[in-house]
Amino acid sequence: MVSFEPLLRPTSSGLYCDAGDFYVDPTRPVDRAVVTHAHSDHARWGCRRYLAAAPGEHLLRMRMNDDAEFQFLPYGEFISIGGVRVSLHPAGHMLGSAQVRLEHRGKIAVVTGDYKLGRDPTCQRWEPVRCHLLVTETTFGLPIYRWPSPESVRDEINTWWRRCRDEGKCCVLYGYAVGKSQSLLAGLDTTLGKIFTHGAVEKGVQAYRRSGVELPETHYVGAVEGKPDWSGAMVIAVPSAHGSAWMKRFGRVSTAMASGWMAVRGSRRRRAMDRGFVVSDHVDWQSLLVAVDQCDPETVWATHGYTAAVARYLNENGRKADALDSGGRREGDEDATADAAESAS
Amino acid sequence: MIRFAELYNELDSTTKTNEKIAAMVRYFAGAEHSDAAWATYFLSGNKLRRLVPTSLLRVWAAEQAEIPQWLFEESYQAVGDLAETFSLVVPPGKTTTDDSLTHWVEHRLTPLRLMSDVEQHAAMLQIWNETPARLRLVVMKLITGAFRVGVSKRLVTRAIASHAEIPADVISHRLMGDFDPSAESFASLIDPEIQDTVPSKPYPFCLAHPIDNEKGPEVLGDASEYWAEWKWDGIRGQLIRRSAQIFLWSRGEELMENRWPEIESAAESLPDGTVIDGEILAAIPGGAVLPFAQLQRRIGRKKVGKKLLAEVPVVFHAFDVMEHHGEDVRSLRFVERRARLDEVLGSIDHPHLKATELIDGESWDAWADIRTTSRQRNAEGLMLKRKDAPYDVGRVRGTWWKWKVAPYTIDAVLIYAQKGHGRRSGLFTDYTFALWDDGQLVPFAKAYSGLDDQEIRKVDQFVRQNTNDSFGPVRSVTPTLVMELAFEGLQRSGRHKSGVATRFPRIVRWRHDKRPQDANTLADLLELLPED
Repeated sequence: MVSFEPLLRPTSSGLYCDAGDFYVDPTRPVDRAVVTHAHSDHARWGCRRYLAAAPGEHLLRMRMNDDAEFQFLPYGEFISIGGVRVSLHPAGHMLGSAQVRLEHRGKIAVVTGDYKLGRDPTCQRWEPVRCHLLVTETTFGLPIYRWPSPESVRDEINTWWRRCRDEGKCCVLYGYAVGKSQSLLAGLDTTLGKIFTHGAVEKGVQAYRRSGVELPETHYVGAVEGKPDWSGAMVIAVPSAHGSAWMKRFGRVSTAMASGWMAVRGSRRRRAMDRGFVVSDHVDWQSLLVAVDQCDPETVWATHGYTAAVARYLNENGRKADALDSGGRREGDEDATADAAESAS
Repeated sequence: MIRFAELYNELDSTTKTNEKIAAMVRYFAGAEHSDAAWATYFLSGNKLRRLVPTSLLRVWAAEQAEIPQWLFEESYQAVGDLAETFSLVVPPGKTTTDDSLTHWVEHRLTPLRLMSDVEQHAAMLQIWNETPARLRLVVMKLITGAFRVGVSKRLVTRAIASHAEIPADVISHRLMGDFDPSAESFASLIDPEIQDTVPSKPYPFCLAHPIDNEKGPEVLGDASEYWAEWKWDGIRGQLIRRSAQIFLWSRGEELMENRWPEIESAAESLPDGTVIDGEILAAIPGGAVLPFAQLQRRIGRKKVGKKLLAEVPVVFHAFDVMEHHGEDVRSLRFVERRARLDEVLGSIDHPHLKATELIDGESWDAWADIRTTSRQRNAEGLMLKRKDAPYDVGRVRGTWWKWKVAPYTIDAVLIYAQKGHGRRSGLFTDYTFALWDDGQLVPFAKAYSGLDDQEIRKVDQFVRQNTNDSFGPVRSVTPTLVMELAFEGLQRSGRHKSGVATRFPRIVRWRHDKRPQDANTLADLLELLPED
């Protein structure tokens, strides 16, 4: 593995920059953390100081302890930490998600965090950042993952809603509480009926609104009084609510999961839901290759998911590449802890 | 074809029986007879003979996707389903045609078999170019002969019955045996008028239900209302003698031609218009039944050599008669059918075609005692059958019961794991277990079933975190997990590293309370071997 010290090296606590004495998305509490986005597997509790992108301020504060010291940096602006030039660039994963660019003695490293290339009305679109070292996520780094266009999936979801409404059923659409839920919400056809939210989702919606993102009107399920008629309604909830007592109130439902994992039938069937929509906030195989080409690094470090396959493929195609971790991310890992913690609310 | 792909998708995405039947009924109502015939053919588990070697398909798919071969294989490992891997990896087609299912099968798919490699290659590229992912999944399932969609033949039968408004048992009988997927045969399948006269046509088999070993047979009521037979471990068969011809059907509704010559020759003495139900067993004529492992030597042989015929003779143990002198006698009481069976077999007195023994006893206690000798006789336990019941079809409960002896059990250590297929694709669900022998763990059985979904997820996670080595798709893990395995039989075997082969191994429970060193030894297992 080519060394990029003192700019960046993998440690058991995450990626560490010796020159600036800080971590990027540390996996344990550290003194100084640069955080790519507000999902709990990237933004961990317990650090003393956090640096993140300005558009994600409300989301990060919602999830973090107030005792910590926060610094928010607009996309594209530079600050210096111990002689390392640090800047944050849009990653397109969710509101405020950032790629971290580090520059030191002429070497540039970019840590993508989670990212996607497709359009999303709720966040700024990914931009390529040229670098010597690209640390990319590879959650869906196999050629079986090929996302349909966001517009076609949005139409599929609305068609499903319309059909359920006509059959007198209530739609329950599952997505991660923060990020996925709001982007789903933005694609709904509000002429079809009322939209309700699970508690964890509603919190995210409000943080998005406070950040200036326009979203359709929502009604928090927990604040609904009496016994309303749920038929024809759309409920957005976290996956962990599936099959729970919380669901009983809705009567006849049609359930659907919105996730990149839904591309494969086995994952779809294991969830035991009526529908699976292929919607992801991560790069698929093709866009991963596009991103690597556009950032044009000498070296790629693959992290999360199919790291070994991506590294081997890139090595065979003219780039130096290494797999950072082999354990890898699996279905449901993403934001799972946040869901579990918040589904009770 | 698009409608058939939609049907596949509907069947695939629900676990509810009623929704599956409704989807099929909708399909049949809207389909031409020719398409309905092919749909019936595929849904009831038939497949096209291999059209294109999958090894070539894999190479072409990798080329189309512009990926190296290893990455295609890696993708297949992740998906766990070859046809689905083709549908995902190859870029989606640019055009779509809506030719009928019949057109696809008869003009696009079947001709592939007779083409050269070069022609097949061109034809496949064209097929891929004309199919979006969902449609391609079904097309590739048909091409690779892996069309399974979680409907039993019984469900298909019910759907056709509901569509045609004809009783399900009539459809079931008409569907027995080889179904010719033509518009004419579908028309006669759903015709309320037609009489069935095909000589080879078998009857649906009567099925037995298990007796819970904890509760015992007392729940069945009075023992005097039952007869007992041995529950043999062989191959269920239906022997038909009609129009001077002989047909021997398996329970999977396959014609077993030329595979059991002793039985076929014995059947030649049967009077015309006879259909009997029984079990094919490896057995010395007039003597003992041999272990299943002996029969296994003949299973799968299309032609049987003289040596094997001499070493492993077979006997048809008949236990029921469905047709007697051309008359359907299934509605008669068992005592009457058994009398007719004895009469017809008594008249031919052939060593390879025998009425199975009725076991004296007539009280649950007496039968319980006799049952303990099952293993010595190479039987799995007892069958209990109501004397006054007709020969039932479908899933009628209460006429035939199987009262099996308790399985063998042993505690073993999980050492290898492999990803499963279908619903469990992508998860490590196929395990190899080992026992201790002189400080070493020796693999002795593979087991796939017995854990619930939550346990499977836990084992899956364990495997991912404790892999020491990979051999292709197989992961070798740190020996940690102990599971109790159950199995029905045990045989010495030269082909197994452990020296023994187990029959129907499965997981009974996860022994969280045991450490790997507490698992059983190979010597413990060998002690269970029946004495030679």
